[in-house]
Amino acid sequence: MQASPARQIGLALLGWGVAFLLFFPILWMFLVSFKAESEAILPGLTFTPTTQSYSQVLARADYITFAINSVVISVGGTALALAFAIPAAYAMSFHPTQRTRGTLLWMLSTKMLPPVGVLVPIYLLFRTTGLLDSRIGMIIIYGLMNLPIIVWMLFTFFKEVPKEILEAGRMDGAGTADEVRHILLPLTLPGIASTGLLSLILCWNEAFWSLNLTTSTAAPLTAFIASFSSPQGLFFAKLSAASTMAVAPILVFGWLSQKQLVQGLTFGAVK
Amino acid sequence: MIVPLVMTLWFSFQRYNLLDPTVSGFVGFDNYNYLINDANFWASIINTLLLIGTVLVITVVGGVLLAVLFDKDFPGRNIARLFAVAPFFVMPTVAALIWKNLILHPIYGVFGSFALALGLEPIDFFGQYPLLSVILIVSWEWTPFAFLILLTAIQSMDREQLEAARMDGAGAIAQFFYIVLPHLSRAISVVVMIETIFLLTIFAEIFVTTAGGPGNATTNLAFLIYARALLEFDVGGASAGGVIAIILANIVAAFLVRSIARRLEV
Repeated sequence: MQASPARQIGLALLGWGVAFLLFFPILWMFLVSFKAESEAILPGLTFTPTTQSYSQVLARADYITFAINSVVISVGGTALALAFAIPAAYAMSFHPTQRTRGTLLWMLSTKMLPPVGVLVPIYLLFRTTGLLDSRIGMIIIYGLMNLPIIVWMLFTFFKEVPKEILEAGRMDGAGTADEVRHILLPLTLPGIASTGLLSLILCWNEAFWSLNLTTSTAAPLTAFIASFSSPQGLFFAKLSAASTMAVAPILVFGWLSQKQLVQGLTFGAVK
Repeated sequence: MIVPLVMTLWFSFQRYNLLDPTVSGFVGFDNYNYLINDANFWASIINTLLLIGTVLVITVVGGVLLAVLFDKDFPGRNIARLFAVAPFFVMPTVAALIWKNLILHPIYGVFGSFALALGLEPIDFFGQYPLLSVILIVSWEWTPFAFLILLTAIQSMDREQLEAARMDGAGAIAQFFYIVLPHLSRAISVVVMIETIFLLTIFAEIFVTTAGGPGNATTNLAFLIYARALLEFDVGGASAGGVIAIILANIVAAFLVRSIARRLEV
């Protein structure tokens, strides 16, 4: 069906208008990040672009530390979660029992518990074991945090693998480890990749645990950005530059992986 | 997660203050009693429910409208869609700071300057409408998520059915309510479930913008427990709050899981 030109233009205006409105805060942050600090507090649109805020943020040695922390604990947490979730999802999708369904639902419901419910014990546990403000501690927390959703996603992807293929492998004498490594993993690689992507995004943007369990040595970018909210630290241009740098990688990442994300996040229920 | 859960339960019956180790011992339900008689606690429960409810309504309605709009073909649709989904990938601390300082700020913000340019009094959003401001930010983050899921769902719709309905003289509105919306119901329930999981635990947006204030206007349960434990060092009281949060989450979860589980093939 071909819409009339007037209708097309109307739709385009509406669509682009809404997209612009939603994107505006990000666009504005991007623009302000190129302003000089004195111009940044004025909402004007005319300014001479400068990258001085970027160089100032980058010159703070700790920015690099925060960025490295973000990468290390996001990747580490994702790897840890996958390491636990792959065997769990394997067991549940290929050797289901009466209780599998209940176990899955129970796991998902733990994700609904507010993390504050366990904040105090974890804080104290971390304090006694010296994990407070350490990368290892954060990797453990991030890994555990997303585990229920990751198991669910992997379970959905594994379910789609025909059982016969695995059985054929077993006939040829493959043990469980071979079966997983040589048959299941290659077959479900796209699914595992989208699960990993989602976990990375969630870890990268996570703020609750990073704000409460880190102070300086293991603090990721979320905590760094939050430090700009202190009253004496309000420099709009620098805040915008730091924010842009913190958001940009994961934004591009998200754009590239939209399709897989939808499939994963809805457990394949939405096609 | 079971170990910390049990510890939370245990602590909730103890008198336990991080600053004062001499105060200790079993206190039975004192922590709960104290909490239940605290006006802040009830305010935080109401705020939590208000926040979740309002954001769910805004994001689902907004998401459906956006999905219907972007289902239509128009020039540059795919690029516009990228811009529209972007807020979902922005980290909550950044979202909160950008909205607080660059957009909603009464003096330096975009809204404020607009108001001034029009000769109006700028609104001090976080001062006058704190909870609404938080809801605005959270909705901004989650509408793109609902949109993304619902768009995928709407695109899988059977076009011939729509065509047939049009032949039978169904108007656009009738088509929407009798064909599109029922088709989306499954996707909507998935959106509601995932969003509820994350909205129950909203923290960063409040921490960064209002720190639960002014007064207790934006303190949700998550923030209340945080404040008890790490600002007042009252582990017992915070743990009691944690247990109540867990109970509340379980009530919500029971409803959700029951309605969702039927829709998911396990």
